[in-house]
Amino acid sequence: MKRLAWPAGILAALLLVNLIFTDHFFQIEIKDGHLYGSLIDIFRFGAPLILVALGMTLVIATKGIDLSVGSVVAIAGAMACLQISTLPSQDSIGGVLGAIGIALGLAVALGIGNGFLVAIVGIQPIIATLILMVAGRGLAQLITDGQIITINSAPYKLVGGGYWLTLPFGIIIVAVVLALIAFVTRRLALGLLIESVGGNAEASRLSGIRARGLLIVVYAFCALCAGIAGLMISSNVSSADGNNAGLWIELDAILAVVIGGTSLAGGRFSLGGTVLGALIIQTLTTTIYSIGVPPETTLLFKALVVTIVCLLQSPAFRAKVFRSRRKPAPPTVPAGEKVTVRT
Amino acid sequence: MKTLALPRQLPGRLPRNYLPVLVTGALFIAMFTAGGIRYEGFATGQIILNVFIDNAFLLVVAVGMTFVILTGGIDLSVGSVVALTTMIAASLLPSTPSFLVILLVLAIGGVLGAAMGAIIHYFEIQPFIVTLAGMFLARGLCYTIGTDSIPITDPTFTAIAQTRIDLAPELWISPTVLIALAVVLVATYTLHYTRLGRNVYAVGGNEQSALLMGLPVARTKIAVYTVSGLCSALGGLLLSFYMLSGYGLHAVGMELDAIAAVVIGGTLLTGGSGYLLGTVLGVLVLGLIQTVISFEGTLSSWWTKIVIGLLLLVFILLQRLIVTTGVSRER
Repeated sequence: MKRLAWPAGILAALLLVNLIFTDHFFQIEIKDGHLYGSLIDIFRFGAPLILVALGMTLVIATKGIDLSVGSVVAIAGAMACLQISTLPSQDSIGGVLGAIGIALGLAVALGIGNGFLVAIVGIQPIIATLILMVAGRGLAQLITDGQIITINSAPYKLVGGGYWLTLPFGIIIVAVVLALIAFVTRRLALGLLIESVGGNAEASRLSGIRARGLLIVVYAFCALCAGIAGLMISSNVSSADGNNAGLWIELDAILAVVIGGTSLAGGRFSLGGTVLGALIIQTLTTTIYSIGVPPETTLLFKALVVTIVCLLQSPAFRAKVFRSRRKPAPPTVPAGEKVTVRT
Repeated sequence: MKTLALPRQLPGRLPRNYLPVLVTGALFIAMFTAGGIRYEGFATGQIILNVFIDNAFLLVVAVGMTFVILTGGIDLSVGSVVALTTMIAASLLPSTPSFLVILLVLAIGGVLGAAMGAIIHYFEIQPFIVTLAGMFLARGLCYTIGTDSIPITDPTFTAIAQTRIDLAPELWISPTVLIALAVVLVATYTLHYTRLGRNVYAVGGNEQSALLMGLPVARTKIAVYTVSGLCSALGGLLLSFYMLSGYGLHAVGMELDAIAAVVIGGTLLTGGSGYLLGTVLGVLVLGLIQTVISFEGTLSSWWTKIVIGLLLLVFILLQRLIVTTGVSRER
């Protein structure tokens, strides 16, 4: 739990800033059977980012990266809205479920494509997913025909903007997905297998782990998370914008994962850290608005916080700046170095 | 591995290292020929020159990116630095002499790059994350300066923007193309005939080995990010000549175009292998795709993205094929 200390501390510090600057920040009230409050809003608006970041965590744990999630967000939203807009009645639950199924199926198919390129063809993950990142934006616009599809569907609105059992529905989805990933990776052997593939894919294969299949599953799952996030985003605004939906969410998601303490070098991951990291990013955005930083300087502020967080987490930085008398950090293996196993 | 393979090459055969560059060149010629057959008025020299004129800034940025990628790193901040350059230039020009502005923006780009390189090397943070923060920083600075587009009316800048250099009847280029080509020549010389260039390839090949050989890894890594920052600033200047305006939303997503050009040009993202000529061809191919799509007329702009994505896929598969057959033959 010690590695969660840094992100948790940063989140606490951000919330503290809010406590000073904003009245009633920690107040949560129930209006019309719905929970309201700034904290709830952070969760609600942060839900898509948390989902994408959770999928990204698993990919990064295998020493990969998925740049295409933003495009998958756009494609899934576009597909779902296109399907719903062709329904005779946009409020029919069956039709909406079908549309969601088609959209998520497409997302998973794209994820399998990524996984195939990485695991079977053996392309570097950053490049393999760059292809879909570039082409995917075009695909999303192709699906929407360059227009913004607007829909008016009550059941679909529930996914991103609705409430269920007084909680925003998005939070419930995130909780379910998080519980599922946590159970599968931490209670079953899957998490260990993923970490071992990330540590050394070749060694894992030789010790009998089906690394290739595992990689494909991980990329497919990441795309599924991105697809669900895409449904949430498009449902929240009841429209699909192939060009701007989920733009740069991949960067925020990767940041969330890194802030959460998962190393880009792969081999270990922290789901709790990722959730904290995504919440930090979302809280940062909320904080910027609530303490009255002009919107023009939002990015500047973000760059500053990101740099500080990453520096604080870098063992090399801590060793150089806070010269303590603790024993020196073990020599780190530089990223990208491959340990070849001779057979 | 590759140096061992070279002496075994048959005389008169090109080394396998050049193959990706040759394929890109062949693709460019094929696209140009196909376009010439399909569209009237396509197969002229001016079409190629126009691709240069419209993409001079991308060419310069891609050259900087090639340096970074050759060391196995990546620089996501280039697009934002380009935008920042146009913004600073546009906001300072009314009150400052133009040569001072040019020196200042180049210095800012270089310092920003050097700072990112230093953080990457000394604090051992991933280039991806550091340059991502740099991207946010530069874009944020743009919006801090102003959120609106600022026109440039400086006489020097407008003069450069409007100058046409006639090469032959019906053939002309802009001064920005000459600047971009000069950058390419200087960069090629640096990569192949100076110590820095050899160090770049060595660090990209294997950083650990380079360190053990006593090569200045720290200096090299900081140098490549500085070069990339400088190139981005220069690219930003070329873009301000081209657009005659400074805007915080200029060059959004340009880092992807630059990376795509480098990859299409046959440079391996793992570092240590690739040529600047490939990058030049990569930029030309990207530019020609846009030209073809504008000639087609009925094709929507999103097809550009899809085609670039498909091309990336083809090239990467091809590289993969070359690498794997190469390894199996040497074993």
